[in-house]
Amino acid sequence: MGAEQLTPETAQENDDDARAAAELAARTSYGRLIALLAGGTGDVLLAEDALAEAFEQALRRWPVDGVPASPEGWLLTVARNRQRDEWKSARHRLSATLEGIEVRAMDTVDGSGFPDRRLALLLTCAHPAIAEDVRTPLMLQTVLGFDAAQIGAAFAVPAATMAQRLVRAKRRIRDARIPFELPGPEALAGRLPAVLEAVYGCLAIPRGEEAGLPAAAPVEARPMLAEGLFLAEVIAASLEAEAEAWSLAALAAFLLSRPSGGPYVPLDEQDTGTWNVQLVLRGEEYLRRASALTAGAGVGTNPGAGPGRFQIEAAIQAVHADRARTGRTEWTALSTLYTALNRVAPTLGSLVAEAVVLRRADGPLAALRRLDRLAQAHPAECERFQPYFVARADALQAAGNREAAVECLERALALTREPKLVEHLRERLSSWAG
Amino acid sequence: MRYTLMLHYQEMSPEELGPEVLEQGQEAMRSYAATLQQAGVLLGAEVLQPSYASTTVTSRDGKLRIQDGPFADTKEQLGGYFVLDVPDLDAAIHWAGQAPAAQWGSVEVRPGATHTVDGAWVPNS
Repeated sequence: MGAEQLTPETAQENDDDARAAAELAARTSYGRLIALLAGGTGDVLLAEDALAEAFEQALRRWPVDGVPASPEGWLLTVARNRQRDEWKSARHRLSATLEGIEVRAMDTVDGSGFPDRRLALLLTCAHPAIAEDVRTPLMLQTVLGFDAAQIGAAFAVPAATMAQRLVRAKRRIRDARIPFELPGPEALAGRLPAVLEAVYGCLAIPRGEEAGLPAAAPVEARPMLAEGLFLAEVIAASLEAEAEAWSLAALAAFLLSRPSGGPYVPLDEQDTGTWNVQLVLRGEEYLRRASALTAGAGVGTNPGAGPGRFQIEAAIQAVHADRARTGRTEWTALSTLYTALNRVAPTLGSLVAEAVVLRRADGPLAALRRLDRLAQAHPAECERFQPYFVARADALQAAGNREAAVECLERALALTREPKLVEHLRERLSSWAG
Repeated sequence: MRYTLMLHYQEMSPEELGPEVLEQGQEAMRSYAATLQQAGVLLGAEVLQPSYASTTVTSRDGKLRIQDGPFADTKEQLGGYFVLDVPDLDAAIHWAGQAPAAQWGSVEVRPGATHTVDGAWVPNS
């Protein structure tokens, strides 16, 4: 650049270019950079501070010096220098060595040659010594760069509380020295379910409205579904032969393919034209990979175990997705899949869902018998479980017992918080009553 | 006859204590360790990190369970301790899981903060 004078316009353009490059690097490489920076030292807090400073410097320097050939390499170098300064300072001299940083610095050849340590970072986030309720938030922050306020909003937890939980967990990782390493196959088999479970947590975050927030709360309809897909893809691609990881990615893709916003429409009544075809195809591709792995058996951390919970859940979504092609829902196939799911991983939700499918496959009396049995086995839980009353109301209505159906749906309504769902159930109620 | 002195006190951060109180406390511990050393009665001592860094391991029901946080069950009391030097928490958990006490109780794994070598305090590394 030298003595060359910049006109205000080019300065502004450079500024915009620099900002865009920094934002792109932040979006695509944040988790990779944190994984590399924290991997050597075990200190996520320091890694985050160092990377934040590197981004700040980038926004100051890139407009003047131009965007470097490898923005990520530049950020990594600056962040590492920052880390090294911190470690050399008196604060750390007493308690640590520089070993970690020096060894890992050898990894960096250039920006494109990054080793991807995100899986190790995810394993650390879901380490058994980290409290379960903070694992998913920790993943969202360290791998995707969300701040505590955004994560807090998604989990219906005040920002300050979430920030405190996250800092505590990161201090634990550093101070108790939870390792950033890929364990051997045997240990990995034991550790992977917790990682997948935490990613599944992104898919299962209730909408803000369901969580009892005011309808106007600034929460997207399904706050972390896309992020769950991204994390599942990172894990699946890192391990390649892990059927449950591909299945989780498939499940996330199917769920994400359906529209959010607008009035509530039950899945089997949705206009298939509103589904995102690309995401459906992606889900189908991932599920195929998972099925090939379980059919081949003998690979992955759980060989010969047959389809796992996520594979069955993804298969259920694939059957629903198939309606876009065939025009009809294969209830018998769904019934088989729910039976399998409830053998592997029964929850009250999946047991009620099986009864709902049974109504379509075998008729309302079969569904009612199943629901009766459920209520006997879990009386207190069913009493509070909104889907149980909806399923029962629908089965009673289909069996011709309108009076009992209306009464049951009213109980369901009393348990429903989400305004869109309330509206949907009210409509159903008035169509039955009228 | 060996005795283990277990120290119980309120956890406070250096910021909460303030530099003066912290310095006084450290000086008192320095002199206490030196006195024990001089008397020839000190085998080893350790000041632990705060309980937020603790992990509890048990295999009472045959399955190894690892839990975030310190052990808190009033019926069970501290019965002994081992001091290990291992690279990271996974290694510490590995050994904790093999401790006989993990089968009839729980083993709390707490990283050390500082301990004595020949009567002088050195930080955990």
